[in-house]
Amino acid sequence: MRKATLFAGLIAGFSTFAFNAAQAVEIEYWQYVFDTRVKAMDQLIAEFQKANPDITVKQVTFPYADYQTRVIAANMSGNAPDVMQLFYGWLDKFAAGGILQPLPKDAFPAEKIEKDFFPIVSAMKRDGEYYGLPTAVRSLALFYNKKLFTEAGLDPNNPPKTLDEFVDAAQKIAKHDNAGNITVAGSTLDMGGQDHQWWREVLIRQFGGEPYTDNDSKVAYNNEAGLKALEFYTSLQMEKKIGQAGFMDEGQAAFRAGKAGMTIDGTFRLGSFRTIKDFEWGVTELPANAEGVRSNYASYFANGISAKSSGEKLEAAKKFLTYITSPEAMDIWLKTVGELPALRSAALTDENLKDPIYGPFLKGLEYAQTTLFKDEQAQRQNAIDMVNRVLLEGQSVKESLEQAAEAEQEIIDAAQP
Amino acid sequence: MRTKRLLWVWGFLAVPILFYTVIRFYPTFQAFYLSLTNWDLVRPPKLIWFANYIKLFKDPQFWKVFKNTFLYLIVGTPISLVLAFTIAYFLDRVRFMHNFIRALYFLPFLTTAAAMAWVWRWFYQPPPIGIINDVLGMIGIPQQPFIRSTDQALYSIMVTAIWAGLGFQIIIFMAGLRAIPNTFYEAARIDGLGEWAILRKITLPLLKPTTVFLVVFSSIGFLRIFDQVYNMTTNDPGGPLGSTKPLVLMIYQTAFNSYAMGYAAAQTVVLFTILLIVSLLQLWILRDKK
Repeated sequence: MRKATLFAGLIAGFSTFAFNAAQAVEIEYWQYVFDTRVKAMDQLIAEFQKANPDITVKQVTFPYADYQTRVIAANMSGNAPDVMQLFYGWLDKFAAGGILQPLPKDAFPAEKIEKDFFPIVSAMKRDGEYYGLPTAVRSLALFYNKKLFTEAGLDPNNPPKTLDEFVDAAQKIAKHDNAGNITVAGSTLDMGGQDHQWWREVLIRQFGGEPYTDNDSKVAYNNEAGLKALEFYTSLQMEKKIGQAGFMDEGQAAFRAGKAGMTIDGTFRLGSFRTIKDFEWGVTELPANAEGVRSNYASYFANGISAKSSGEKLEAAKKFLTYITSPEAMDIWLKTVGELPALRSAALTDENLKDPIYGPFLKGLEYAQTTLFKDEQAQRQNAIDMVNRVLLEGQSVKESLEQAAEAEQEIIDAAQP
Repeated sequence: MRTKRLLWVWGFLAVPILFYTVIRFYPTFQAFYLSLTNWDLVRPPKLIWFANYIKLFKDPQFWKVFKNTFLYLIVGTPISLVLAFTIAYFLDRVRFMHNFIRALYFLPFLTTAAAMAWVWRWFYQPPPIGIINDVLGMIGIPQQPFIRSTDQALYSIMVTAIWAGLGFQIIIFMAGLRAIPNTFYEAARIDGLGEWAILRKITLPLLKPTTVFLVVFSSIGFLRIFDQVYNMTTNDPGGPLGSTKPLVLMIYQTAFNSYAMGYAAAQTVVLFTILLIVSLLQLWILRDKK
């Protein structure tokens, strides 16, 4: 009798336990604060919870500048989120710190990822395992001001397709005052903006080289191709005078103000440029070289699962990650944030490809490169300094390139985990 | 009775002491320890002794930053103090709209450094948007690159820092001037001393405690300059080519961009040592000779 009661009690205990668990699995999702991203995620969570009433997802956000430190600190104190957003370039650091677990193969088989996603997701792969998947990706394109094109006698519906056409159009648009100061730039020149990516992943390749080898751990641009790419870039200001570094403070500010004919920028700038009222602008693919070679730089924030997540939380995290990397979620993300779907099937729809704005960015994704930065800020700074030495200090292009290659190799070596 | 009062005193003192121990002293000692490790935030720190310091002293960027920091200090402090004293000295005699003028000088001190830095950043732009270059253009002076030049950028930023701190220094100087008893001046005038002599023999010597305070305060301020530089050069922090980068910005970048915490801690210890030496040196130089 006593045994039976005990047994019944045990069963009852178990079943309430199981019942409670089914009732309330709460997982945490972390990302950084960016208004439209937070809104999009709120919407995704609401949809997900409707389909999975037994799971609640709590979104926690931090300012971008603190975000990495917060994740790392939370991981050390055992309070890491179950699913978190991370920039693809942080993976080495996060993996070395044991923050992430490889995506479970049952829910995310590698072959399926490679078949369905754009090839740039390979930046999330280490030793055959994927550590995260993006909802959305970003690429670069050439924005151009149709009003300035018309004023300069150029066809506003036929933007430049090659580097030569780009230079030619920019020279026609650029205006200078009597003292030689630029008053309207043909194109913005802003290494601190996206130009360093353009130089690294696009121009170097178009001049016949490649920026790095060995999984981006060896600098490979200190050669003829790198030299020609840097000569081309610096000549835009020094000889062709199509623009001026620092003109209107920032490239995007100059373009917004209608004082620059063209600018190279990413999908993330669409939100800001959409509020422009004074003129119409268009988007086109980054110019090809004379042989038709094109390249682009793509980047993304991926979503990974915490190494600490296990049991039912892990199951919930898997479900949530599956949902936020589904075509449906990508569509919501595209409409709210303006970033491109990471799945080919969701991105390369007729509707998207025909879209005059998304089309050029999407075409760029097909041939885009993703730099595996080891210390993104320092590598970016190094490229900025390389150009500044030529523009401000009159150092020769060759010497500046040599110095930059050497310094960047040191940065990469120092950052190797 | 006495013990009871003592207990009360220590009871109240315990709170700030505890606070300082936990919030200030413990992290300070922790930084000394971290500077001897290769901590990168994710893996447990490993003791590497003085490798960080050796790397630091071999790093040409550190010496550039070191030089910049001292330029801010050596040029910034005297200029700001002479300026503040001159303004305070004359403002002290102005009766007309005295409070209003004083408030005007004090306003920048109340304004957020980030907001001011951005306004100045736009002032310094090349034409067509930079107001300073517009004015220069009108009076026929060639355009200046200001923060886009490796020679002018540091001084351009220093001007804004001096301007921002001026209000505070003027108020303190004026309080010091007011504290000098009028009888000294009266006696001097009866003895027939000129204004210059009064300034040199009475005002300046009696103002010494104020001056010492401001020299130390302002020096530490310039040695720790960050807000202005960071906000005026966000796209190329501390640039162009590191020509405006102070030590604090280098520490920030090493710690929170490169996540080399051990290396950043070593830089912090160096900054701490510099601050300590400069402060002690100034106190010693400006001490009362008895």
